Amino acid sequence: MSALVGTAVGLSVPQLEGDDKLCGSAQFIADLHRPGMLHGAILQSPHAHARIRGYDLSAALALPGVRAIVTGDDLDERHRMGAFIKDEPAFAKGKVRYVGEIVGAVAADTEAIAREATRLIRVDYEELPAVIDPAAALTPGAALIHENSASYIKVFDAGTDGNLCSRTEFTSGDVAAAWGQCDAVVESTFQTQAQAHLSLEPVGALAEIEAGGRITLWSANQSVFRVQASVCESLGLPMTRLRCLTPRVGAGFGNKMEAHVQPVVVLLAMKARRTVRMVLSREEDFETVRARHPFTIRIKTGARRDGTLVAREIELLLDGGAYGDDSPGVLGYALLMQCGPYRIPHVRANGRVAYTNKLRFGAFRGFGVPQVTFASESQLDELAAQLGIDPLALRRGNMLVPGDPWFGGQAIRSNGLAECVDIVERESGWSTPLPGPAAQAPPGQRLRRGRGVALSAHISGLLASGAIVRLLEDGSVLLNTGAVDIGQGSNTVLTQICAEALQLPVDRVAIASPDTDGSPYNWGTTASRVTYVAGRSVVGAAAEIERQLKRHASEMLECSVDDLELLPGGKVAIKGVAQKAVSFADISGRAHWATGGPLIGTHSWVFDQKTFDPKRAVALGLPFAQIGVFSFNALVVEVEVDEATGQVRVVGAWSACDVGRAINPAMAKGQIEGAFVQGMGYALVEEMVWDGARLANPSLMDYKIPTMAELPETLQAYLVESEEPSGPFGAKSVGELGINGVAAAIANAVADAAGIRVRRLPMTGERVLRALLESATPA
Amino acid sequence: MSVTATTAKPVSTRVELEINGVAADVRAGLSTTLLTVLRDELHLTAAKRGCNQGVCGACTVEIDGVPMRSCLSLAHGCVERPVRTLEGLLETPRMQALQRAFAASGAFQCGFCTPGMLVAAHALLAADPTPDDAAVRRELSGNLCRCTGYARIVAAVQDAAAAINASGEAAS
Repeated sequence: MSALVGTAVGLSVPQLEGDDKLCGSAQFIADLHRPGMLHGAILQSPHAHARIRGYDLSAALALPGVRAIVTGDDLDERHRMGAFIKDEPAFAKGKVRYVGEIVGAVAADTEAIAREATRLIRVDYEELPAVIDPAAALTPGAALIHENSASYIKVFDAGTDGNLCSRTEFTSGDVAAAWGQCDAVVESTFQTQAQAHLSLEPVGALAEIEAGGRITLWSANQSVFRVQASVCESLGLPMTRLRCLTPRVGAGFGNKMEAHVQPVVVLLAMKARRTVRMVLSREEDFETVRARHPFTIRIKTGARRDGTLVAREIELLLDGGAYGDDSPGVLGYALLMQCGPYRIPHVRANGRVAYTNKLRFGAFRGFGVPQVTFASESQLDELAAQLGIDPLALRRGNMLVPGDPWFGGQAIRSNGLAECVDIVERESGWSTPLPGPAAQAPPGQRLRRGRGVALSAHISGLLASGAIVRLLEDGSVLLNTGAVDIGQGSNTVLTQICAEALQLPVDRVAIASPDTDGSPYNWGTTASRVTYVAGRSVVGAAAEIERQLKRHASEMLECSVDDLELLPGGKVAIKGVAQKAVSFADISGRAHWATGGPLIGTHSWVFDQKTFDPKRAVALGLPFAQIGVFSFNALVVEVEVDEATGQVRVVGAWSACDVGRAINPAMAKGQIEGAFVQGMGYALVEEMVWDGARLANPSLMDYKIPTMAELPETLQAYLVESEEPSGPFGAKSVGELGINGVAAAIANAVADAAGIRVRRLPMTGERVLRALLESATPA
Repeated sequence: MSVTATTAKPVSTRVELEINGVAADVRAGLSTTLLTVLRDELHLTAAKRGCNQGVCGACTVEIDGVPMRSCLSLAHGCVERPVRTLEGLLETPRMQALQRAFAASGAFQCGFCTPGMLVAAHALLAADPTPDDAAVRRELSGNLCRCTGYARIVAAVQDAAAAINASGEAAS
């Protein structure tokens, strides 16, 4: 890697798309129009579980302006999609499995006609018993949501059987024997809720058919390549027939990674032989897409008198909803991360995902870690209280230090956790006491203050990516990675990495929009992977361009390649002799018009470091073998609990993240701040509630997210740079990390303030008040 | 189960609106919202449909100089009431100061809520040229953002106010 000269990396470059977004001209899926475009609308299931006997489309087809209707009859039983288990048709085929599931769709001249037509479709249902509760789903005799789930194609040993979607088990050491070494053991059960992603932009897609049958598909997405794979799997199309593109994306948080309406829109367009656009309403998006998994977590942790952690046993039950989606991955990853950034020698971690008659649960920022961190970090505070040790001191005594591997054995090559802890301890005033439950508040004073801490980690992962760097005729550069910028700013960050590697100013590098026809493969904008994984591809491709530039320059300057260096601003010079230089433009002109051909640098790779070392831990049903490098977070929050109402207000938050190296510090902090507030909603107010089988609050009127009024008075993000040796310029990723510890830290602060332990999310005023009343009742 | 943007067989009638200073002669049903006219008839992209229910604020526009939810405003109710979307406010020094501050502070990520947020902030600064932290939080709390965590938006609005006031002082 070139020596750092600071043309781009480490600068808080404003987001490249800023001008468009700040003028309202940025085009999202709902802003796209094509000539002759039809409008789509979906029909949703009114039943949680029912067999479809047939459809009567006559009235709908008779409505003027209706151009095509698709139902399960247009789908082939053999074609199913799924990241881990191929269990999901493009939309309901043969039966419906949740209220709100897509049963059919209409393409018409206007959206109003399409919606009217969906109401004229008659579906003959035979209702089946519904299974709403995941524990009930796994009891013998429960109605089967998938009759032949064991026969589905799977990408790993999922153990699928009946309503058991997948199971995973990890063990290290000897847990049964280890409890005898513990002086304190705590065991309890934690419950977490379904959280809606609530990207402000609802999902949508636009498909256009070429006369030759090739299809172009734009959609709100987190990966043009996952869209291509999902649509082709579910519709039985060869990948050569489908080109996927992306408009601007109004955020994702996991919701737009796997398929939503793309297969439906493509099928509509194929049947109508016309261009079709469909954008879901907010309510439809809530009801049909996906949400964060509800977890039931039984957890037991033991420590010695001095606070040294000895053993951990954890058992998870995930509500997977009707289809596998990313559930097996969430389970496996949650089990891998449940120890937190601590040394625990004896661990047994196992879990199951149950199919239920609800919408699918899937990837959501944190990918299972916010749930297990809520349980494990709450439990560490309970242990600390039992042992009379300061919560932060207990964590310091057990946390992973440089050289320690992660649970399972993977080596960690950069670990800035200790510095993160130091920062939040100092900045939050941790050692200055607050009036807590021990100091009785005076009569009439009903507001209690408390502080809580949580440490957590996340990967910067995983899978494959590539980059193509092309030197244009004038010596400027075009970068193409296939990574979708969902608003977090990856286009800017990847451009900075490319500019830095070639020692160019940022404005000499343009970045191509992802296109499955023209971009190198990139698995997706998910798993906090773009800066690290795609960034490494960019560095590799830029290095290849540098080699080609130097080969030309050595001929032009008549010297050895080894004697050349890049100079800032687009020049190759003889080392130490700046006036003996040729510009990128000179080289590119020579290459294009005289000798060698256009300069194109490429690089591709797949993360291949093993997660589990069989000598250290045993894994059964591991959904991923290679998962990424580790980033760390320390978080302190200060809350105010109103003892009269149970209302919890976050007053301050101090969150420090080890990001390896901040490519764009302002954007990295923006990720931490945004993750904190989203986590605050998860901790305190957000909950999707089912009334029987029906989602009771699928609207922003009834599902509340934090507003500016709830923003803590203090929200401070800190960046720790531990220099990851394998990262691009030392960088790791930061997209998810900041949300993992939020619910846990708030729960610990509530306990500190009011002396109550809430083990169920969200910690609404009602739940906190109930706990306060129970704690006040004499036993 | 779904809230429809428009009714199926609208009785469309002509309605003359003034959008961004230009007369717009469109057809709209009695229940057609201003947002539908802006987006689907006039193809103005700044006002966004985030919830279509008046909660998220992504569709905020100025009607008669007051920030309003265009998804809750009927098109026929906007006759003789000038409408300004973000597109119509781009030339004001106040909006330009806001845009500069939003860009410099990183006060947006995906940008979907941004046009509504800017229109609301523009109105706030018209009413209160030096809003304190609490005023910004209160007045913009009707505009949801799921990306930024809001802190940078609060800072950007105050930065813009300071820049406007500084340039005003410099001019006077």
